[in-house]
Amino acid sequence: MQNARLNLGPLLFNWDSGKIRDFYFRIADEAPVDRVHIGEVVCAKRLAGKDYLPEVMDRLTAAGKQVVLSGLALIMDGRDQQITRDLTELADDYLIEANDISTVSLLRGRPHAIGPFINVYNEATLKYYEQGGATHISLPYELPETSLQALSAHAESALEVQVFGRLPLAISARCYHARAHKLSKDGCQYVCDKDPDGLPVTTMEGQNFLAINGLQTLSYSYCNLMAELPALTAMGIRDFRLSPHDVDMVRISRIYRDRLNDRLSSPEANDALEQEMFAIEFSNGYYHGVAGREQINIA
Amino acid sequence: MTSEKTPSKLELVCPAGTPAALRVAVDAGADTVYLGFRDATNARNFPGLNFSVAELEEALDYAHSHDARVLLAVNTYAQAGNDDAWTQAVDNAARLKVDALILADIGLLDYAHRAHPDLRLHLSVQASASNPVAIQHYVKEFGVRRVVLPRVLTVPEIKSLNQEIDIETEVFAFGGMCPMAEGRCSLSSYITGKSPNMNGVCSPASHVAYIQQGRTLTSNLAGFTINSFGPHEQAGYPTLCKGRFTANDETGYLFEEPTSLNVTGILSELMAAGVTALKIEGRQRSKAYVREVVQNFRQAIDQAARGEGGKIAMDNLSEGGQNTTGAYDKKWM
Repeated sequence: MQNARLNLGPLLFNWDSGKIRDFYFRIADEAPVDRVHIGEVVCAKRLAGKDYLPEVMDRLTAAGKQVVLSGLALIMDGRDQQITRDLTELADDYLIEANDISTVSLLRGRPHAIGPFINVYNEATLKYYEQGGATHISLPYELPETSLQALSAHAESALEVQVFGRLPLAISARCYHARAHKLSKDGCQYVCDKDPDGLPVTTMEGQNFLAINGLQTLSYSYCNLMAELPALTAMGIRDFRLSPHDVDMVRISRIYRDRLNDRLSSPEANDALEQEMFAIEFSNGYYHGVAGREQINIA
Repeated sequence: MTSEKTPSKLELVCPAGTPAALRVAVDAGADTVYLGFRDATNARNFPGLNFSVAELEEALDYAHSHDARVLLAVNTYAQAGNDDAWTQAVDNAARLKVDALILADIGLLDYAHRAHPDLRLHLSVQASASNPVAIQHYVKEFGVRRVVLPRVLTVPEIKSLNQEIDIETEVFAFGGMCPMAEGRCSLSSYITGKSPNMNGVCSPASHVAYIQQGRTLTSNLAGFTINSFGPHEQAGYPTLCKGRFTANDETGYLFEEPTSLNVTGILSELMAAGVTALKIEGRQRSKAYVREVVQNFRQAIDQAARGEGGKIAMDNLSEGGQNTTGAYDKKWM
């Protein structure tokens, strides 16, 4: 698995600017990742006042990381559309990851990336995006092993699969963080900043269920495809995404890198991960064609 | 931009889960009915519902002889390595000359446009096209003639959108209210393993259980408690985004109340916004329900076209007896 690439997906949560800057500086200096996604995917309002991006991009580039700029997942009003046009104007200098068809449309004919919020479920769709200039495609997390195999057999682009972190299950026009705090979306007071990994949602009987993050609904469990890495690389997938959380992502990325470099076995790597995040529930169900929340133990 | 929109009267697009429901909808005044094949190619893949190829042929005869149109929904995403059912559905739609085909998958849109250039294509809500650039992309690439808008836009946003696109818009008018952007929601598959995009189902009945404990009735989906009802409460179906959950130590309808969308009170605004067609949900509903909703909407649309108006009470047909205008009204957000 030596030629695998380890990539850090976009930060989905509303951390304050100082914390985000420090996070990326440390990623630049210490994390064994190849590519780092920067940008706001969930809520355009969160971009207000965040002027640290150029500094972070310079630091990451200087450290030898490829910087990718990720776009919004749900583009509705004029502000969202303007942010998207501004983003795509940077396509000559940076790889842009589209998470909405309008972003794909603006990037067509130039090299670009397709993010996991774009529905790529079959070969015909994969071909359509590749013919339009997509060089990197991050596949929907819902796909089972059989679909990943079929797509990988036909892909000319670099295919990526998320192997760590809560899964972004849904997005809405409605802000659930604001609603949970009895605020309107317009007057949200940015309350999503209270939950750096999302606000846990349990059932009435206390079962762990989901997590909310502004307009987004995440899985309660953290996807972990550590044990599936050999099968994924065997089918030709080379790019693996870690979705950032409020844990030691440098340490997490080192564990995945050590597994990819065969310095750790799968059980050793999973033990290390569980020590790092001992109270966390992991899941790999989607890969195995069952409910996404399930954890299937494989040898 | 040029427009083929003529919003003098809204087109009433009604559900047909079965051949019998189709005849009821047409007889009750539907301008158009939409339906799907009896397999994973359509987003209401429920047991006992939908049409065979032969039944579609009969449905087209019946509808056309009553001046109604038939739209075929092939609105799930084709399976990798095994897309035959989806391409066959497209080929059958073209051969039988449906009035339009409703698609979401970009690979299938590409196939349909190339293989059957004369077939009228509508963009399904499952494609989640919520802005003018996205919609125009489907127009330019595949010749799409109508877009079913996601339930994420306000009426002023729909009006502004209609001024920037050159195809028809269809909006949801009555029935179940998805609070999430359609085609981008995996809540169902995370809990049950079955998804709208891949399997055509959300919160499937095969995973539902009701459990009576003392005076409390609990509704379950795949082992998760979705809601709980006291002796005087009406127990609803456990669609998972419409259940009661706990966050921040508070329990309630975190995502959406069990309520129905009803736009009869804002028909004139939707007409003024340039909307072409209204979509009624409910392919899984009874013939009696379809008849009553279609008759009510026929009356409401005809009144609105004459400049008369007012909300039509259909609370007895609504989930939980409650109605909402959802995202069409900014307060919902």
